[in-house]
Amino acid sequence: MDIIKRAFTKSIWVFHMSVGSCNNCDIETLDCFTPRFDLERFGIQLIGSARHADALLVTGAMNKKAVLRMKKVYEQVPKPCVVVACGTCACSQHMFKYSYNVAEPLDKILPVDVYIPGCPPKPEAIISGIVKALDKIKKGK
Amino acid sequence: MNMRDRIKESLQDKIKDWQEKYIKRVYFSIDKKDIFEVTQVLFRGLELRLITISATDMPDYFEIIYHFSNDPAGEIYSVRVTLADKLKPEIQSITPLLPAAEWIERETWEMLGINFKGHPNLKKLLLNEDWPENDYPLRNKK
Amino acid sequence: MSHKIIVPIGPYHPLQEEPEYFQLYVEGEKVVDIDIIIGYNHRGIEKLSESKHFDQVPFLVERICGICSSSHPYAYCLAVENILGGEANIVPEKALYIRTIIDELQRIHSHLLWLGLAGHFIGYNTVWMWAWKYREPVLDMFEMVTGNRNNYAMFKVGGVRRDLKDEDIPILKKMLDELSPGVDLFRGAIMDDPVIKMRLKGVGVLTRQQVVDWCVVGPTARASGVNMDIRRDEPYGVSDRLDWKVILEKDGDIFCKTIVRILELYESISIIRQSLNKMPKDGPIDAGVKDIPAGEGIGRVEAPRGECFHYIKSDGTNRPVRHKIRSPSFMNVASDKVSAVGGTISDATLTLAAVDPCYCCTERVAVINKTDKCKVMNGWDLIKLSQEKTLKLKEGYYGRPE
Repeated sequence: MDIIKRAFTKSIWVFHMSVGSCNNCDIETLDCFTPRFDLERFGIQLIGSARHADALLVTGAMNKKAVLRMKKVYEQVPKPCVVVACGTCACSQHMFKYSYNVAEPLDKILPVDVYIPGCPPKPEAIISGIVKALDKIKKGK
Repeated sequence: MNMRDRIKESLQDKIKDWQEKYIKRVYFSIDKKDIFEVTQVLFRGLELRLITISATDMPDYFEIIYHFSNDPAGEIYSVRVTLADKLKPEIQSITPLLPAAEWIERETWEMLGINFKGHPNLKKLLLNEDWPENDYPLRNKK
Repeated sequence: MSHKIIVPIGPYHPLQEEPEYFQLYVEGEKVVDIDIIIGYNHRGIEKLSESKHFDQVPFLVERICGICSSSHPYAYCLAVENILGGEANIVPEKALYIRTIIDELQRIHSHLLWLGLAGHFIGYNTVWMWAWKYREPVLDMFEMVTGNRNNYAMFKVGGVRRDLKDEDIPILKKMLDELSPGVDLFRGAIMDDPVIKMRLKGVGVLTRQQVVDWCVVGPTARASGVNMDIRRDEPYGVSDRLDWKVILEKDGDIFCKTIVRILELYESISIIRQSLNKMPKDGPIDAGVKDIPAGEGIGRVEAPRGECFHYIKSDGTNRPVRHKIRSPSFMNVASDKVSAVGGTISDATLTLAAVDPCYCCTERVAVINKTDKCKVMNGWDLIKLSQEKTLKLKEGYYGRPE
């Protein structure tokens, strides 16, 4: 495995972004870093700057005000990166699909690698999603 | 004197159509020109709390309801105002009296297009800046 | 290769590039003005509600806010039941108890969540980890009773959707017994810590007159001495049959807001215990409401953040004509205009977080120096400033470590 892939899969830094969510998925993501699930023991961390991120975790149903920001943040994340759509709103816009303030779904704007459905997905499901993302990288994206 | 009697005494003939359909819920109508004075009486004089303002696009008119809460007794007094002019709906703003009304009136304006005259900061609150003009999401399309 | 541990900011999402949510105008260290821009979460729920029938709406309004996920459907159900004649006349006895239990469990989890975040903002990350650790058993109880840790789907017009089984009651009681020492721990850690008192007292003050002018609700108002609580003023569920008290403080600063929330945890635990003891063993949980007549109704509940208000207008068909929703944070966040102004930059994030905003818009804070008109720092830096201030106070009190 070449060095980039190795660094990627050993200690992934996740940048978390919400584009119009009810906060449930965001709190469950944060729950993964609390003592019961404790993702940090695997080297996975949430970070504050998109420029250092390996993975982009997106929650929310794509509010119209957030589309431009989403694209800007994606440009800043250094490639290769993994995009994870966390929650049913990010996967398919859920029951807000026909709302007047919701733009197109996430996978029409960014190339999504992993979908984690659930409203909200349990921390176990989020961990499983991140692991699937890592597997995808190992097998060669 | 309980709050119902105090309101009736303070507002007298400004009140039209007093309805007490349910327990702790009173609905009454006023003319749109009286809204500032009525708010003054209810908010400053009788110390009711403004909960919110809800506006509905009815087929022939706009209906705006100002909901006031009498906390010690747990009652809600809903003041109904009808705007008959559907092409240019406007009413006096109560924000100069009540700072809390600023956001509520901004939201009602951008969702339904009702102009609040005298509002210090009538600009978009929830929608995008480049939202098309004259597109009011909560209006019913014919 | 060792990585620096960077602590995440909570359900708020730090975006470094485009500051849009809160703009603080400063002169030197002092905040002189604040511009609040919201709408990043607006999903048009009021309009969507008009296209759903009355039984589908609770699922929609649950997702207005994830943290107080049972307050909105409860207030909606109360609004529709208002049209039908009132909750007390329609909803069966057992369902009233179940509604109250779910509502109070939600209050516990929400206050613990806020406690953790407040701890993080002042640099006490142990408080954060422990508060969220004690929150986990509460979420387990939700999963046991309703099937999901959040978004419970319990409320429907006329009752509740699922029953509380007899075998679950001792498990719930055991969880409450294990939670009480945890709340004692937080109470001691926060109320008796001199550094926390120095850090939080006198910061972000909201006076009684400001609370009245800005129509602030919830613990934010009760911390300033305004005596309001929907559970007592307009009782719903079984809140008028149980023995509990409204917590009031008078100074209006962040310390008082914290105390109100911690003491409300005790009251919630007591309410749930009493409900579990008094709840009838058997009985229907659903009144079987079929049609909603024409009319208008208002329902309100005391969410963890304050009064949650729903207005429903019906014309006799199976969908609402108009559904107006006013969540408590709409009033509370607007009051930041007066509570944050006059304070220092390092207290800014704390003041904004102290009203317990229920939407993910407090993530981006930008500081603009009024004289230079240039951007100085962003939300990430502000949280660091807040944590550094606490460290300085600690060193001043305990002395620098050798």
